[in-house]
Amino acid sequence: MSASSAAFRPAAAMLGLSIREVSQALRDGRVSATELCRKCIDQIQRTHYLNAFITITGETAMEQAQSADNRIRTGKPLGPLDGIPFSVKDNFCTENIETTCASNMLKGYVPPFSATVVQKLLDQGAVLVGKTNLDEFAMGAGSTDGVFGPVRNPWSYTTLYREQSTEDLDSDWAIAGGSSGGSAAAVASLSSFLALGSDTGGSTRNPGSLCGVVALKPTYGLLSRHGLIPLVNSMDVPGIMTRSVHDAATVLRILQGPDERDSTTVQAPSTPPSLPEHFDIRDICVGIPKEYHAPGLSTDTLAQWSRVAAMFEQAGARVQEVSLPHTQHSIVCYHVLCCCEVASNMARFDGLEYGHRSTVDSSTDAMYTTTRHEGFNNVVRRRILSGNYFLLKSNYERYFVKAQQMRRLIAEDFKNVFRSGIDVLLTPTTLSDAARYSDFIQEDNRTRSAQEDVFTQPVNMAGLPAVTVPTALSRRGLPISLQLIGQTLQDWKLLTVAHWMEQQVNFPLIHLHGDSNERKLDRSVRERTPTIGS
Amino acid sequence: MFCKCAARASRALRPAHPRCGVLTLPALSNTVSGSGTFWSRWTCKRESSNSAWNSKVPQAPTWEPIAENQLPPPDLVDKLERLALVDFGSKEGVDCLEKAIRFADQLHVINTDGVEPTDSVLEDRELYLRDDMVTEGECAEELLQLAKHTVEEYFVAPPGNIPLPKREERSAMLKHSEF
Repeated sequence: MSASSAAFRPAAAMLGLSIREVSQALRDGRVSATELCRKCIDQIQRTHYLNAFITITGETAMEQAQSADNRIRTGKPLGPLDGIPFSVKDNFCTENIETTCASNMLKGYVPPFSATVVQKLLDQGAVLVGKTNLDEFAMGAGSTDGVFGPVRNPWSYTTLYREQSTEDLDSDWAIAGGSSGGSAAAVASLSSFLALGSDTGGSTRNPGSLCGVVALKPTYGLLSRHGLIPLVNSMDVPGIMTRSVHDAATVLRILQGPDERDSTTVQAPSTPPSLPEHFDIRDICVGIPKEYHAPGLSTDTLAQWSRVAAMFEQAGARVQEVSLPHTQHSIVCYHVLCCCEVASNMARFDGLEYGHRSTVDSSTDAMYTTTRHEGFNNVVRRRILSGNYFLLKSNYERYFVKAQQMRRLIAEDFKNVFRSGIDVLLTPTTLSDAARYSDFIQEDNRTRSAQEDVFTQPVNMAGLPAVTVPTALSRRGLPISLQLIGQTLQDWKLLTVAHWMEQQVNFPLIHLHGDSNERKLDRSVRERTPTIGS
Repeated sequence: MFCKCAARASRALRPAHPRCGVLTLPALSNTVSGSGTFWSRWTCKRESSNSAWNSKVPQAPTWEPIAENQLPPPDLVDKLERLALVDFGSKEGVDCLEKAIRFADQLHVINTDGVEPTDSVLEDRELYLRDDMVTEGECAEELLQLAKHTVEEYFVAPPGNIPLPKREERSAMLKHSEF
């Protein structure tokens, strides 16, 4: 979408622009920040059935937008994000705004501070429109297990999906993926230009993939975790979701860097102001790890993986098969380490200092037990109990230490491949397009997470950067995406390659059924849409 | 027609019962024979229509099956509940733990002799140390406001050093406290 075509778009189409385009529109005076904010909030309300938001911060958003307008009008915008509406997953603390983690344990909890990454966006003039829905405490791969209900995939509401769906839409909708499903759905349904998620085992990339948005998991340590309610301290990373790779790069550049309040942050490498305009793909060597054809990979996803690998090769890049031998066992290792760290991190919720507190007061232990029973759902409690099992003295060596050793082997697999001259790895992000909710809930949370996180969690174990880019729609009309994995702290190079890939695949813009511009544009988009069947 | 065929193919690649990354041998052979002929038929159709079919991407799953370890967990339900201060809730919860342990037992298939455990992926880096100076604080009031029971500058807790009641009493207590 070039800048000139953006100038002639009807007002309603502003929401579908990228950050780069809408930021230009703000500076040119074609739209004001308050108008843009109003449009986003209207869009949130129009798409309320997606259940993507827990809290909508209408009033404060309009105030922030007003300040942005004052700055932009006097020619002094703070930067590329000034006046841009964004949303944040509800496990990031936001000052004076309820932060629930979609759990009864934190319903009504209002943090007295904002997470560093949230504050950085606010300091750039971005406008916070709301807190998004998730799986409770970020545990899950569907955004189906939070106390506020499941998030629906916006692509279930396009004419394309409805046409091939044989059932009543209310029972046929697809999941948004998880655990940052609300953030992905917000960006995909055009009610935000950018959203923050968190990524521990794929929680940003999984919903990004299923909702057809760009989702970046930066190198561990590049973005501060201060204010992100922790799940697994050694793997958690704030994730960035946008509708274009260039936008993700803009946001990364603003958010990266050391934070005194998070001792696991590292110095960011020096980064140019934007991705390179001219880039020769022939300089790149792409690795295809054979172990990433896992059982259950759908035919549509396999076809996309093959199509894009061929695209790289035809353009002159070197493409070669590589091996990451421990891939198959990575999910088990992740399961053990995750449960153990969760057991430790969840210990802070005892009702004394914040959050829910039960009325039982016979003893501290009785109060803690009832508080945790009332506050946590089954998924959280089961992970805590599993973690405690693995951490028992008699089990510690056999499970926890063993998993830590496995983790080194998994990280070494990646190191060896990159040492052999590979620049990036190309893999599927998820096994298939988004499942129907009614199918997804046939299995429990742990089973589903073990299945769905297969391609994403090895990256968290090794601390590497990875980005998912949507490439086409499946025969069901739902997004299919592919993942690129880069070397540690080479996020910029990773995004450069992802940007090239994005431009080749030409993924379509969403048109929700009933959009005012949908009927006109729908036919032309459908004719052009590269779906699998065509 | 094409839609349904593909849907069946992708279902056939997933064994019927919860996979959890473990493929029991009967399920795997179902997968292979169930979808084998269908898979190659569909692939051929695609090959003829797409001349740029890339051969670097493996066209079939590459994972090896692993047999499940039938290890029943010792009777630790009460001990775990006391350590975690979290209840299993139901028999289903205990079953979930059993499944989680069996899943975790796959770890033992891999030889890790002589491998150093990893605590952090940042182990090779020097972490930044700031000066040992107080730079912020004085927020007692804000923090106390977040708690349900406070007295002056204290968080109020029920009496300590009282062990949790026995399991039966605990279940009764938890049922009573339902939201």
